[in-house]
Amino acid sequence: MSKVKVIVLTGYGTNCETEMAHACKLGGADQIDIVHVSELLHGEYSLDDYHFLNLPGGFLDGDDLGAGQAGAFRFRYATVKPTGEKLLAQFLRFIDAGKLILGVCNGFQLMVKMGLLPGFDNCHEERQVSLTYNDSSKFEDRWVNLKVDEDSPCVFTKGLSDLYYPIRHGEGKFVARDEATMQRVLDNKLVAMRYVDPITGETTTDFPANPNGSFDGIAGICDPTGRLFGLMPHPEAFLNRVNHPRWSRETLPEEGQGVALFRNGIDFIRANLL
Amino acid sequence: MLARIQVGLKPAFRDSFGVTTCARIKNDLGFKIDSVRTIKIFTVDADISDAQVQEAAQGPFSDPVTQDYSLTPLALEWNLEFDWLIEVGFRPGVTDNEGRTAAATLGLMLGRKLDDAEGVYTSTQFFITGNLSRADMETIARKGLANELIQRFTIMSRDEFSTSGGVKPYAAKVVDNSEARVAQIDLNVADEELVRISKEGILALTLEEMIFIREYLGRPDILEQRRKMGLSEKAADVELEALAQTWSEHCKHKIFAGNIDYEDLDTGKKERIISLFDSYIRTPTAEIRESMGKDDWCLSVFKDNAGVIDFNNEWNVVFKVETHNSPSALDPYGGALTGIVGVNRDPFGTGMGAKLMCNTNMFCFATPFYDKEIPARLLHPKRIFEGVRTGVEHGGNKSGIPTVNGSLYFDDRFAGKPLVFCGTVGIMPSLVGGKPSEDKNALPGDIIVMTGGRIGKDGIHGATFSSEELNEDSPATAVQIGDPITQKKMFDCLLKARDLGLYRCITDNGAGGLSSSVGEMGEFTNGFELHLDRCPLKYTGLQPWEIFLSEAQERMTLAIQPEKLEEFMALCAKMDTEATVLGTFTDTGKFHCLYDGKTVAYLDMDFVYKALPPMEMVAKWQQPVFAEPAFADEPDLNDELAKLLGSLNICSKEYVVRQYDHEVQGGSVVKPLTGVANDGPSDAAVIRPILDSFEGLVVSHGVCPRYSDIDTYHMAACAVDEAVRNAVCVGGSMELMAGLDNFCWCDPIQSEKTPDGHYKLAQLVRANRSLAHYAKAYGVPCISGKDSMKNDYMVGDTKISIPPTMLFSVMAKIDDVRKAVTMDAKKYGDLVYVLGTTYNEIGASEYAVLHGATGNSVPKVREEDSLPRYRALNIAMEAELVSSCHDCSDGGLGVALAETAFAGGLGMRIDLRRAPVDGVDRNDILLFSESQSRFVVTVSPTNEEQFEAAMTGTGLAKIGTVTREEQLVITGLKGEVAVNSSLAELKAAWQATLNF
Repeated sequence: MSKVKVIVLTGYGTNCETEMAHACKLGGADQIDIVHVSELLHGEYSLDDYHFLNLPGGFLDGDDLGAGQAGAFRFRYATVKPTGEKLLAQFLRFIDAGKLILGVCNGFQLMVKMGLLPGFDNCHEERQVSLTYNDSSKFEDRWVNLKVDEDSPCVFTKGLSDLYYPIRHGEGKFVARDEATMQRVLDNKLVAMRYVDPITGETTTDFPANPNGSFDGIAGICDPTGRLFGLMPHPEAFLNRVNHPRWSRETLPEEGQGVALFRNGIDFIRANLL
Repeated sequence: MLARIQVGLKPAFRDSFGVTTCARIKNDLGFKIDSVRTIKIFTVDADISDAQVQEAAQGPFSDPVTQDYSLTPLALEWNLEFDWLIEVGFRPGVTDNEGRTAAATLGLMLGRKLDDAEGVYTSTQFFITGNLSRADMETIARKGLANELIQRFTIMSRDEFSTSGGVKPYAAKVVDNSEARVAQIDLNVADEELVRISKEGILALTLEEMIFIREYLGRPDILEQRRKMGLSEKAADVELEALAQTWSEHCKHKIFAGNIDYEDLDTGKKERIISLFDSYIRTPTAEIRESMGKDDWCLSVFKDNAGVIDFNNEWNVVFKVETHNSPSALDPYGGALTGIVGVNRDPFGTGMGAKLMCNTNMFCFATPFYDKEIPARLLHPKRIFEGVRTGVEHGGNKSGIPTVNGSLYFDDRFAGKPLVFCGTVGIMPSLVGGKPSEDKNALPGDIIVMTGGRIGKDGIHGATFSSEELNEDSPATAVQIGDPITQKKMFDCLLKARDLGLYRCITDNGAGGLSSSVGEMGEFTNGFELHLDRCPLKYTGLQPWEIFLSEAQERMTLAIQPEKLEEFMALCAKMDTEATVLGTFTDTGKFHCLYDGKTVAYLDMDFVYKALPPMEMVAKWQQPVFAEPAFADEPDLNDELAKLLGSLNICSKEYVVRQYDHEVQGGSVVKPLTGVANDGPSDAAVIRPILDSFEGLVVSHGVCPRYSDIDTYHMAACAVDEAVRNAVCVGGSMELMAGLDNFCWCDPIQSEKTPDGHYKLAQLVRANRSLAHYAKAYGVPCISGKDSMKNDYMVGDTKISIPPTMLFSVMAKIDDVRKAVTMDAKKYGDLVYVLGTTYNEIGASEYAVLHGATGNSVPKVREEDSLPRYRALNIAMEAELVSSCHDCSDGGLGVALAETAFAGGLGMRIDLRRAPVDGVDRNDILLFSESQSRFVVTVSPTNEEQFEAAMTGTGLAKIGTVTREEQLVITGLKGEVAVNSSLAELKAAWQATLNF
């Protein structure tokens, strides 16, 4: 295999698949397939054939039982029809093979609710952290300032520092099942991205710079390998300068800040997995 | 077994929903309570074991990190402090989306789908602390927490709750085992009896129409055919209901299609109009298209669910705007949710089917601060506002369609019926399967297939009910609740089916349900045979006519070529979309329904669709005269400007906008909020439909209901102008611009209930004439539209009629979105221009209203001035000479200047003496007159000459500069300082009003 192959999973309420696929294209992927969950379950596609799994934003099953909740159980219970293999087994094999998963917004919610993150001790089936209702109890669409932790193992944020992406969610407040888990997330530098105050550049829990009240400004976390990453902000919503809310009054580079995140993932694959 | 799984956020977590509910009870209902804590209940009615209930509770139904669950009252387990419990759940048969998802997930857990008798039902417990009485709790339940039309509630004191061990399990299941039967209605009865049949059956058929049906059924040739089918001269209920729906004002648009004798009482001139629609909408569009010759980019107008234009050579764009007013009055959340997911199906059901690209909305409400008594059956305007806002939020966000453009308009006459306009733009490849995507056609022998949701009693009589005023008998079943996820799943599946060529024709199920969708598609082949007993139902007990008429949501009807049926059904099964074969399209000329093999409707297609004679109506116009507003000689204009900025129709709508996802799909270019702090009011939206291209689509609208008080001709003219100039503001091309008209009127038919019907119909005629005139003047063809003609409320002696309203929506092309312009001042030192003359046009303006008067000098549109200006501005923007552009609308020049300044975080020095005026000698009139077709533009000094050259002769004036000081300083006509306000003050006034 010499091509970087990307799968963007869709269906049952996912709705950012087009721009996520476009982000992968701009980031340099060679093959990008937008695949409906049912196609995966009917064996028409398999995660085994890809290097990079994208879990886009949306409202899986309407987020009816909580964001990504029904979706997480749909994935957990699902069986691939022709082989009888659990879909989850495909996920775990994908992770074991050292491949990359990026979950944005609902995709992040899905990852934590499935237990893919934080992935301590290579455990990807038990929920240890979660994303709950914004303190405002409102869904909001708002651009936020973000800071990357340069010491994080996250492969997607390597070399990036200050970012500006939109958030569009009602349930983005990061919580852990206990203090020890939260501490372990912090100690392992899994918090690759934090909400910061636009003036001071410091981590904040104050609304609206921190849109949901997440502890320590947590906007996204990776697993200890850095290859699985989930975040609430939408990098795929900033692919060109005209996506920026102030493009008409500021001088900005042509490429939006979201592309770099995808390029990092794809470059990592080219360097390590091909 | 029946189990109650109780789930709540762990006590250590902030219950945000409880906190906001508590604030709402305190602020909106005025009760002093201390706290609210919420718990979610899943009532599981299924044949499963205790262990399985336990597994579901700790698995899909709760989050172990954030939530506790219990099978006994969680509140008692927690030892929760509270005084009262209010539990709110749905009534049987009401769409419970969360319950449906819970049931589906439970099915996945069990490895089997739940059967029809099983289900999961949700309810919410509100535990309230506060020293209040049971009567107070009932008020809170009724006015704050539950809508009794669709929900039920239980109230318990803390003692009652602990003694009885919580609330008894109750499954909100429809239990109806009634046998299917078809009533035969004898129409050979006295006239009064016919009127009674229509009224009591909510058929909204007139006596003439009832007699027309009787005469048809009694024709010997018809009777002979009917007898062979087992029918008689009596009307089967299926037939009568179908005719009532098809001929309803809502579906047939009888007022727009009818004949009108119009008289102008001021001039004595009389005129006969044959169809408003043909005369003032269809014909002008045809003329505009003809004048465009081979450049005509309209592809499909007025014949499908939405209008279609050619975006470029590869893609077609589809646009439709609908209203959902009556249901939103009764259940604002469900009504508005259904409004948005309903209009989604229009572009999806147009041509071969379009992918949905963006939503628009426009709401008209009474003030949310309404403090007068609320008439019977009406909800408080704030509750309607919140319900509608949430409904559109859920409908749009969950469907993954960005809400890119919208507005709110407040007038207390919308207390009787709010207006909820929802629009959707879609996109489809120019060719589908090698054929133009805008065309569709069913052939005889094609199979009728229904996909998506199941049929229940929801929305029965929606079409006929919308054709009457809101009254005490308005049926609860008229309300539906949309289910965006079922629809999204179906759309995912049908887009694949479209690209695989698996269907020949598609349309949506909206008003009138199958009766409308199958009937209309049957017009392609001239007939159909439909088996009502094969329809998938949500529950038992539906009568054949109910199945036929149900407006249950999320359904599309397709015509499948027989050789593709198997492949189509397999795709639907794979993608988890229910699809059912219901019959065949025929060329028999018959509208034919069967139930269990027996014919239950047998009518001629021509009778159903073509036979009804046009309605005859009378319109009489007389110009009303109002008192002129009396303004103080020299009002404090700082104060007046701040008050106007804070008025409901001008103030910031950020509270609403932020709760709508306006960026999903990645094409957002000009967002609803813009400027240095991302909070200034954009004039229009710009999106990129194709992510690797910079070609863009501009979406805007105009609406000015209050001008109708003076003259609907100018109301409509100003709505068209506002929509067009908003599009021009951001760079929309006058050369490729299309419009949609949505008329919402109060009943314009003279009757005992409507003694001023002649005048209201004359208002409608004048608005139509104006639309025709200005659409042609601007070369903006109407490609689709809709009317809703009975926006009145009548209970007892109280009648509330909306002000006649026409929403004009526009979409336009911008060749390169990188040249789009936003409204915020960009840089200090830039020059400020006003484009267009200000007249003394204060009539029905926001400024006049602020001073409690209407006046008579309504703004007029002078296309001979405005059109050259719009074209010149297009050229100036194309040459990138414009830094910012904002239109002058409500609140006039003063408001436009203030908004431009504070959105940019930059001050301005303005000299009113330089502004072009005609008959204006007062600062306040100059600042707040609502003369049309004007802009505030800022231009970099380096572009000054070129800009002035580009705009020469179009009425421009340089009136000031952008400054570094955050202050708006305006010199008046006498050289005095007329306004000197800080941007912070002005912005605060603008932001405070709707900061919920």
